[in-house]
Amino acid sequence: MSKTFARLSGLTVGYDADGQTGAALEAVDLEIVPGERLAIIGESGSGKSTLALTLAGLLPDNARVTGHIAWPAYGEAPLAGRDYGFVFQDAGASLNPVLSVGEQIAEVAQRHLGMGWHEAYGRARHLLERVRIPQPDAALHTYPHQLSGGQRQRVCIASAIAARPKLLIADEPTSALDMVVQAEIVALLEELVREDGMTLLFVTHDIALASGFADRIAVFRAGRLVEAGPTAEVLSRPRDAYTASLIASHIDLATPPLVAEDAA
Amino acid sequence: MSAPLLSATGISKTYAGGGRRIAALDNASITVGRGETLGLVGPSGSGKSTLARVLLRLIEPDAGRADFDGVDLLSLRGEGLRATRRRIQMVFQDPLAAFNPRATVGSALTDPLRIHRIGNGAEQPAAVARLLERVGLDPTFASRAIHEISGGQRQRVAIARAISTRPELIVLDEAVSALDVSVRAKILDLLVGLQREQGIAYVFVSHDLAVVRAISHSIAVMDAGRIVEHGPARDIVANPQSATGRALVAAVPRLLHA
Repeated sequence: MSKTFARLSGLTVGYDADGQTGAALEAVDLEIVPGERLAIIGESGSGKSTLALTLAGLLPDNARVTGHIAWPAYGEAPLAGRDYGFVFQDAGASLNPVLSVGEQIAEVAQRHLGMGWHEAYGRARHLLERVRIPQPDAALHTYPHQLSGGQRQRVCIASAIAARPKLLIADEPTSALDMVVQAEIVALLEELVREDGMTLLFVTHDIALASGFADRIAVFRAGRLVEAGPTAEVLSRPRDAYTASLIASHIDLATPPLVAEDAA
Repeated sequence: MSAPLLSATGISKTYAGGGRRIAALDNASITVGRGETLGLVGPSGSGKSTLARVLLRLIEPDAGRADFDGVDLLSLRGEGLRATRRRIQMVFQDPLAAFNPRATVGSALTDPLRIHRIGNGAEQPAAVARLLERVGLDPTFASRAIHEISGGQRQRVAIARAISTRPELIVLDEAVSALDVSVRAKILDLLVGLQREQGIAYVFVSHDLAVVRAISHSIAVMDAGRIVEHGPARDIVANPQSATGRALVAAVPRLLHA
């Protein structure tokens, strides 16, 4: 196995709009290590989603890409669905509303694993169990609109891993969910990635969420890679002031309250 | 202890649809002290936004009552309701959706002054400038269009609009949830500063217990339309009594330093 899963060199991406090209990513150099959980951190306009879309080959037609992405793990540009799975923020929009849950997961297994429909459908049932959808036999026949946001995201994850890809790209997969469901989905992703030996690229604005499970963190700001390194190192000794400000802005239950507490 | 500013008791609201009846609010009761923040926290669908909208008289409940500074809030009609609306303001998650998209910042801030007859036409531009300065925006923002300013700036304008009528209570529904963390910190500081200075009480609705904890004096935890616990913020976080409270505490991501 190669020591590099993917290597980005001088990657620059811009979007043409009104005859002008604004840079969403500028001269990004980054290596992805096989089997790692890499968190891509950034605020609005940092380019973090553009990075995920570029890796997945999902950029819109008006995008202009220069620089290079090498995929030593595949030898050639990977194929969506077969070589990598993608989980989006909006699970509702990424599922086909007129296909049952079972059909859309089985479709992936049928296309990329060369299974017959019966076998693929069986795999869909197994995957629903793995993503802990209650009553998987009944869930096969449900439609996306009948599910809660958290359950829809579980179905998206099942579909993303249906062809046993080596790479899972998750772009803000929990940002539309409440915190309790978020914690469940992150735990599920972590477990699936570990069990299947997948490489995980997890895009998020929440550095604390990433700190809970990422091996490495790459911080982006305004299209540039600010710093990248092992999670513990970046958090305890951020090299860049911006990373330090992100850490300082984090609020958890240990953060001193902003309001004075009364005696009551 | 003085009487609370707002006391809502036994609020229920049921929605019927598709042959089912869903209790969005089930006998919910809360109190908000003067100049204090009540954090309303719970998972998606727990009823926190519905309760916030009942307090704003945007949704009529099926049952319950609410006393706002001695006024029977839920029975107000006509002129009495309009007069009370001045005293209870609101800030929502998506400020773009909360404004007329073709409005300028100045017109968005002049509307409440005009509607509630605060100052005359000659005095209002100066009042708008003071409001913008108070929320940390340059007075020249008055001529900018709502759609051309950033999300954080827009939320500052929403807060300026809310304080323009000198309210005693502002209901904030996920008001910082869509903001970047660096912007969020500044908006929370602004809210706390305004409360200290003007004695405004807040009902702060959020799914994020950590943010609620940072800004609230007391917290009410909701689940399935019910208030499952209600008490001082410190106690709820340190020793949650309900299963929902415990799940919310456990779900807060912690920044893990090695």
